[in-house]
Amino acid sequence: MADTLFHKVWNRHAVRALSSGQTQLFIGLHLIHEVTSPQAFDMLRQHGWRVAYPNRTFATVDHIVPTLARRRPFLDLMAEEMTAALERNCRDFGIQLWSSESREQGIVHIIGPELGLTQPGMTIACGDSHTSTHGAFGAIAFGVGTSQVRDVLASQCLALDPLKVRRIDVNGRLSPGVYAKDVILTIIHQLGVQGGVGYAYEYGGSAIDRMTLEERMTICNMSIEGGARAGYVNPDETTFAFLRGRPFAPSGESFDRAVDWWRSIASDPNAPYDDRVALDAGSIEPTVTWGINPGQSVRISERIPADGDREALAFMGFAPNAHVRGTPIDVAFIGSCTNGRLSDLEEAARIARGHHVAPHVKALVVPGSQGISRAAEARGLHQVFIDAGFEWRGAGCSMCLAMNTDKLEGRQVCASSSNRNFKGRQGSPTGRTLLMSPAMVAAAAIAGEVVDVRTMLEEIPA
Amino acid sequence: MTASPAGPILAVAGRGLPLRGHDIDTDRIMPARFLRSVTFEGLEQHLFEDDRAADPRHPFNDERYAGAAILIVNANFGCGSSREHAPQGLAQSGIRAIVGESFSEIFQGNAAILGVPCFAADPLSLDRLQTLVEHTPAVTIDAHVDTGVISAGPLRFTAAVPPALRDAFISGQWNPTAMLLDRFDEVRLVADRLPYVSGF
Repeated sequence: MADTLFHKVWNRHAVRALSSGQTQLFIGLHLIHEVTSPQAFDMLRQHGWRVAYPNRTFATVDHIVPTLARRRPFLDLMAEEMTAALERNCRDFGIQLWSSESREQGIVHIIGPELGLTQPGMTIACGDSHTSTHGAFGAIAFGVGTSQVRDVLASQCLALDPLKVRRIDVNGRLSPGVYAKDVILTIIHQLGVQGGVGYAYEYGGSAIDRMTLEERMTICNMSIEGGARAGYVNPDETTFAFLRGRPFAPSGESFDRAVDWWRSIASDPNAPYDDRVALDAGSIEPTVTWGINPGQSVRISERIPADGDREALAFMGFAPNAHVRGTPIDVAFIGSCTNGRLSDLEEAARIARGHHVAPHVKALVVPGSQGISRAAEARGLHQVFIDAGFEWRGAGCSMCLAMNTDKLEGRQVCASSSNRNFKGRQGSPTGRTLLMSPAMVAAAAIAGEVVDVRTMLEEIPA
Repeated sequence: MTASPAGPILAVAGRGLPLRGHDIDTDRIMPARFLRSVTFEGLEQHLFEDDRAADPRHPFNDERYAGAAILIVNANFGCGSSREHAPQGLAQSGIRAIVGESFSEIFQGNAAILGVPCFAADPLSLDRLQTLVEHTPAVTIDAHVDTGVISAGPLRFTAAVPPALRDAFISGQWNPTAMLLDRFDEVRLVADRLPYVSGF
């Protein structure tokens, strides 16, 4: 019978129906970091539990890790304590860790794919809501809390309810200057920040089919901002090509057998969906948020709605009917698990090259991983950014959630390639975040205000 | 670590705390700087810290609601970050049930595992309940997990805890680790059948 990837993967990982009515689901890959795991390890110790499958959990440091002054011990004593706790926990329980000084360190959702740990057909869990990112490979990936991190460590399982599946087709071609970020912001705007509650989002259609894995990761990453706990793209040739040769991907004949299995778990052409939605890629414009949740966005050419949420308008200091275009910015942040990958840095560098950041703007580029950092440096991108007046930082989550010293001050306005414009998200209770694509952030950094990146692209020879 | 209640949770009774607004995210419930710790201790002191500083009349500043056991919210409560620190802080402050229009699934799961059921109700009933508690903070609310019936003073309406979570509360299995470790041979069977576990 025709079925969706979600159900095929779910069924292959279902251990049993629990007496509570939930399903016991085996988790194929567990990723942990320094912020949501220490209490889970404490709970294990308290109960005398072991880690059931230590070779199916991998760890790195990303949330609190400084992006400057990375020598150990960190000057930030809490960053040092949390990093040291993860190092001790991984040592005690036999878990592979890429700590701050490792060449593989980076944001957990960036290094999983980079290392080939993330593969189609897996169930994946991580104590971070942006775990949905891994769905770009055709995995079912759940963000969980710390008690569930404990459950996965102890049993390699979660107690969960299945989700419904909404197919989202994005057909047609994206215009120049329009990126995956604009697609997902548009989807969230149309379906709402709670439109996905109860659903996994399956993204498809010709625009998604043409996307690279990095672009698909940007889309799946923000599924959670639309309320969908998981989002995925069916694995295809692009997926297989991305995985070939990665350190943890199967190799040789195993790779071919893996491809056969990966193909088999993709949604069937006639798979039944609980809901379907379609978008025209050609109608999507560069998109920017004006409010305090990721659904409150406009196309760059549009005005903020006259009936825009009053709390959001007041917090952001926008008037109804105003344009976001032309809003002066104080800070520009390029990075995060949403848009901290090599192609994001390449697009931003294309805009930044030969220009200079406006004098009143503090601009940061934070690569998503040390691997991306090295790849960008090999291409000279770091020099493009430095010459243009951006700071080139070490890998981590940085100003996406401001757990380290990278944060907004007072009511600063930040053009940000991250995923959340919640009140206080970037470290100042009154700080203001405008979400947009990395290219749009670079353009805003140079102009000193929000601009339509397409006007700058016109000046760049193809 | 929270000393969570153990055993079946059939009903929660207590005073209410009305918190109006849609899409209240976990960054607002527990700002990220309070995640800078290797324990969950003391989180209850920082609930809505920035919202409370910005608004002296924030319900979490209102002494009339001190000691409340039931938080009454609106739609999409707990959206955003999966940080368990948010429901941990609420549980540590004495909140033992949340009634709202809808909840982020991650938040709802995190709350459940701490023994805090989230009840979904219709907006009109919620508005009435919030208004009642705003006028009569001392009113006792009874929330029944099995039937979903919520009553307070003259109000009585039906709300829903998702069936599997409801049954977990009723059977006392809302903290599932022991259940997940039971019959572990079945876990191994499933794992061994997965091609990526056996190396293709």
